[in-house]
Amino acid sequence: MSLRQRLVPYWLLGPGLLWLFVFFVVPMYFMGELALRSGTLVTGYSFEWAWSNFPDSLTGHTEQIVRSFFYAGTATVLALLIAYPLAYAIAFRAGRWRNLLLFAVIAPFFTTYLIRTIAWKTILSDDSPLVSVLQTLALVPPDGRVLATSGAVIAGLTYNFLPFMVLPLYANLERLDLRLVEAAKDLYSSSRAAFLKVTLPLTMPGIVAGVLLTFIPAFGDYINAQLLGGTQQSMVGNVIQGLYLTQRDYPEAAALSFLMMALILAVVVVYIRFAGTGAFMGSEEEVRR
Amino acid sequence: MRPRSAAARAWAWLRRNALPIYAGLAVAYMLIPIVVIAVFSFGATPKDKLTFGLNEGFTLEYWSSAFSLPQLNEALETSVRLAAFSTAISTAIGTLMAIALVRHRFRGRRLTNLLIVIPMATPEVVIGASLLSMFIYYSFALGFTTLLLAHVMFSISFVVVVVRSRLIGFDRNLEEAAADLGATPFATFRTVTLPLLMPAIVAAGLLAFALSIDDFVISNFNSGTTVTFPLYVYGVSLRGIPVQVNALATMLFVVAAVAAALVLIQQRRAERMAAVRPEVAATAPRPVPGTAGAQ
Repeated sequence: MSLRQRLVPYWLLGPGLLWLFVFFVVPMYFMGELALRSGTLVTGYSFEWAWSNFPDSLTGHTEQIVRSFFYAGTATVLALLIAYPLAYAIAFRAGRWRNLLLFAVIAPFFTTYLIRTIAWKTILSDDSPLVSVLQTLALVPPDGRVLATSGAVIAGLTYNFLPFMVLPLYANLERLDLRLVEAAKDLYSSSRAAFLKVTLPLTMPGIVAGVLLTFIPAFGDYINAQLLGGTQQSMVGNVIQGLYLTQRDYPEAAALSFLMMALILAVVVVYIRFAGTGAFMGSEEEVRR
Repeated sequence: MRPRSAAARAWAWLRRNALPIYAGLAVAYMLIPIVVIAVFSFGATPKDKLTFGLNEGFTLEYWSSAFSLPQLNEALETSVRLAAFSTAISTAIGTLMAIALVRHRFRGRRLTNLLIVIPMATPEVVIGASLLSMFIYYSFALGFTTLLLAHVMFSISFVVVVVRSRLIGFDRNLEEAAADLGATPFATFRTVTLPLLMPAIVAAGLLAFALSIDDFVISNFNSGTTVTFPLYVYGVSLRGIPVQVNALATMLFVVAAVAAALVLIQQRRAERMAAVRPEVAATAPRPVPGTAGAQ
């Protein structure tokens, strides 16, 4: 191959790689730099290797960090429980309804995230019919609220990130070789055992991908906590947003944000080492190589 | 067998169809807020009150006055302009990257894949915060430009994924045929590859457009005083949202749904057109030797 030909892929990749480098990688450096500054908003923040910002940002917001893990974790588990049977039904039982159902799963994306969440705020508001039904069923105390509770935030997170769970599960289930399940049944396995020993292990990649794609954005989210929660429901995202945009305490905000990035980067890199980039890229190639 | 009772039969039917019924319910759940938004856009509200609530009476008032709020119009216009620029740039850049990734072997491929994947797996709040950190460092004025830089950045990865998945299933024979017939590599690309790739590029473009017009978090960090549609909605949500927003959201939903459906149909057609493949020809009915003459 001539040198010219060998350079072709780099020409093609050049603009994109440059853009991603300058506006994704480099900003991470500056966030790290900002995290090592100290000072106040009035005097300005100067760089002085202020490593203590990192532990400080954690200890100062333990409550919100723990809450973020709890909310995002619960929402992820709920989304998995809702999405698995749905993806299974779409893959194997939907027949000619399949495309319509898939369309309905992604339909929420056609309305603005913010407006969808505001719609939930209305649905869960104090005088809404849903809340009075819940009160009649004694699931909510007679004078209790749904809005501004942990439940509302978790429900919002579950709803908003559900498609991210359904789609990888569906992609995995659709490729499942049903003959393997039949073989298990031919060998006198019960439906339950066939599911637990064949279907579930074979769809594990989809489950892991769905869990990651749901947990990561849910963990960093602050819209649901802000609109559906009260002051007692704020998450790490709310802290970072507030510190950056309202209090302008940049070093602490940058430190917290940097740690969140490091955590997620670690999880994603470990995941990619084991499973490749397939779940994010739509795969095939990774398997082929 | 004795005829079973109605209840037993109903129970058996339920058990047999539990999964489809469940799927219907789950999908209904996904659609609840969309329906609520659409219904509210037709709900009458007292003139002096800006609420996002269901009231008695049906009215087309908010649909006819959808474009009558100056600030909302301005925000929408900004959003559309931003999304248009961001889509054009990210679709072009991303398509080139996808071609390089699928068609070429080169050093640094793993790193490239990683650089494309990680932004998609990064929480928006971190992307927004890190960009703001950089803009603060350089005292770069926040506004339309910073929004555009950010929107292109987070759209590229998604464009690459969409175009790449189509390129992987691409029939190289058509390109080879063009080359055999004396087409230069560029002519082959322009007359064969690009038209066949077009549905994927359009789909990727629509996705980039949707991502941009919907983005709130990253924009919230890097907008300065520029107001996009989601930022406007956020701003007014604290006071009560003008009902016109519901009408506009419903309009956007219909437009997006129709566009997605059209792309899907076009993609199927392109797939059928490109399906002049050996395996398809092999399955086509063939006259059985000996019977052909008899017909």
